[in-house]
Amino acid sequence: MNDEKTKPSLDARRTFLSKLGLAATCTGAVVGLGAAGALKTAIAKSESSSSGGQAKPGAAADRKSFPTPDYDWNKHEWAFGVDATKCIGCLRCVEACKRENDVPANAHQFRTWVERYVYLADDKHVHIDSQHDPVNIEASGSEKTFRFANRYKDKKVDKAFFVPKLCNHCTHPSCVQVCPTGATYRTEDGVVLVDETYCIGCRYCVQACPYGARFFNEETGVADKCTWCYHRITKGLQPACVEVCPVGARIFGNTKDKQSPVSLFIRNSRVQVLKPESGNAPNVFYVGIDKEVN
Amino acid sequence: MEPVLQLVPYTGWVYPNETVFEWSILIAVYPYITGLVAGAFTVSSLYQVFGFERLRPVAHLALLTSLSFMIFVPTPLLLHLGHPERAFNATITPHLTSAMAMFGFFASFYVALLIVEGWFANRPHIIEQAQKRTDLLGKFYRVLTLGSYDLSEYAMRFDRKWIFALAVIGIPGAHGLHGYVGFMYGSVKAREWWSSDLMAVIFLFSAIISGVSLLAALYVATCKMRKVPIDLACLKGLAYTIWAFIMVALVLEGLEFASLVYKGREGVDMIMQYVTGPLLIPYFILQFAIGAILPFLWLSYMIWRGTSGKALVIGVTVCACLVLFSVFMMRWNVVIGGQEISKTGKGLMSYQLHFWGKEGALMAIIVTMAPLGLLYILTRLFPPWHDKATDAH
Repeated sequence: MNDEKTKPSLDARRTFLSKLGLAATCTGAVVGLGAAGALKTAIAKSESSSSGGQAKPGAAADRKSFPTPDYDWNKHEWAFGVDATKCIGCLRCVEACKRENDVPANAHQFRTWVERYVYLADDKHVHIDSQHDPVNIEASGSEKTFRFANRYKDKKVDKAFFVPKLCNHCTHPSCVQVCPTGATYRTEDGVVLVDETYCIGCRYCVQACPYGARFFNEETGVADKCTWCYHRITKGLQPACVEVCPVGARIFGNTKDKQSPVSLFIRNSRVQVLKPESGNAPNVFYVGIDKEVN
Repeated sequence: MEPVLQLVPYTGWVYPNETVFEWSILIAVYPYITGLVAGAFTVSSLYQVFGFERLRPVAHLALLTSLSFMIFVPTPLLLHLGHPERAFNATITPHLTSAMAMFGFFASFYVALLIVEGWFANRPHIIEQAQKRTDLLGKFYRVLTLGSYDLSEYAMRFDRKWIFALAVIGIPGAHGLHGYVGFMYGSVKAREWWSSDLMAVIFLFSAIISGVSLLAALYVATCKMRKVPIDLACLKGLAYTIWAFIMVALVLEGLEFASLVYKGREGVDMIMQYVTGPLLIPYFILQFAIGAILPFLWLSYMIWRGTSGKALVIGVTVCACLVLFSVFMMRWNVVIGGQEISKTGKGLMSYQLHFWGKEGALMAIIVTMAPLGLLYILTRLFPPWHDKATDAH
């Protein structure tokens, strides 16, 4: 009796559900087509903007010689060398980088920086500072020019050295791994860039970088970092920091060219990388750093 | 007003870029809210799937609570993004190696599940209102019926089958969503304080206790507001649930901390300096002692003594509020604490919480409380107090 009563309602329900299913399929198809279109547009947009990436979008559109007409990224594998024994802590590199790349003019955000390590005779702890330290900012008198204050002049110094730092452009970059949109990526020639037209500004990459090399640019609303001056190196120039270094502490070049300065630097020195345990396989190679440097 | 850069005072050696604090209180609110979603859903599932009959009075409320909070989950993230208008980039072109990229999909799936389950559970009420009302609200209910006015026994059995199935799917859904939030932090190898295999599980258990506690507090509050007697068996059921899960949560967090200290990897000195210094009060006193151990002991006492009546209501409500506070502190200590320890392992930062601004304390309070406003509206539209679909279960 109960079954008889419920049979028509079951049929009605089935009809209703099948109509609902049909409607859902149609809607799904429309949404799917729309999404595919959006995806296509997004990919096209991403590709066109990645031609310049952070290094000035729209620099080139010629696919055959990407990203500039006279440059083939398949023929390059960039690397960076730092000879800490040569660095004098003049901070010209920091200022040049800020100017070249429109890095915010403050003492808190840098694409490159220099660290000073000082071991005092009567102190077993190392003293580390960088140009952003308030004492150094006071010495420079502004947040646009930088210098190291002579803060240890009355102390007996056992050992002291400078270490230039920058993005390590890792082979397995954790910043690229965590980026939810793929806005940050590694180019074929080994440079980690940010597509600032696609980045959503979540700052997950800033958290994930073990080296503190990234920051959030309030002006652009996206993640910012060293590009090894991609807009310069693809034109045959050196990165700004390398160009201005008066002592040759920064070495840059193409490792596919066995006679390039960086290839010779890596081959002829016992180099090391920072935080190798991260598994990131950094591509900035150091000479003359101490155990405290990380 | 909020400064453009969230500069932080620091001690020791920190990387220059670390002097700007990137993830604010809103990023602590985000896992807190997702945790409440997962925890509230757990209560609903304990009744719908595992047959915890004594939780029936809150089962339907749990579903609405879960939905209300879930709708607000993306809010803190959107407020935080540098380009919120590009938020869908993560969904349109998800970067599959990113833990964060899957959020849109998990969240959308789970919201859809909650809406469908909520629709099935509320069908009798929707149909009743659609037939009774002639005003604008009546039209709203008629649209919600989706053309189905069938309330026969067979149809109701059909509905219950769907509710059960959705509740079963929802368990991994809710816990997957929140476990994944834990993984987002646990997978960041750059931060020693976050980088832990246990992080996802710890997030899950703390989520469960926070959600169940929220339900206990809401149940008592709504009974008082509606001037109806509190079902003590139900409240006791919630208390048992909090008690059982709080134990696991405490053990897991203890193990996590012990393992960090015992392994004593590079940077542990700074961590020890941090937890015994700036984190002493927020971590050991607020999160553990007051927020977790005190309610655990109090609940144990009430269970042991068979406390009943007003003492039980007050005890469970206070314990629930303490647990809610403790879990918020846990999110705070993870998100803010993790960033206060420098990646150099040689310095500490000190986050400055501002009251005003897009990422200030006021906004965090508003975002956390807003779901309660939505819940109020939802309980008016779909009263969870008489659940006909589940009554016959």
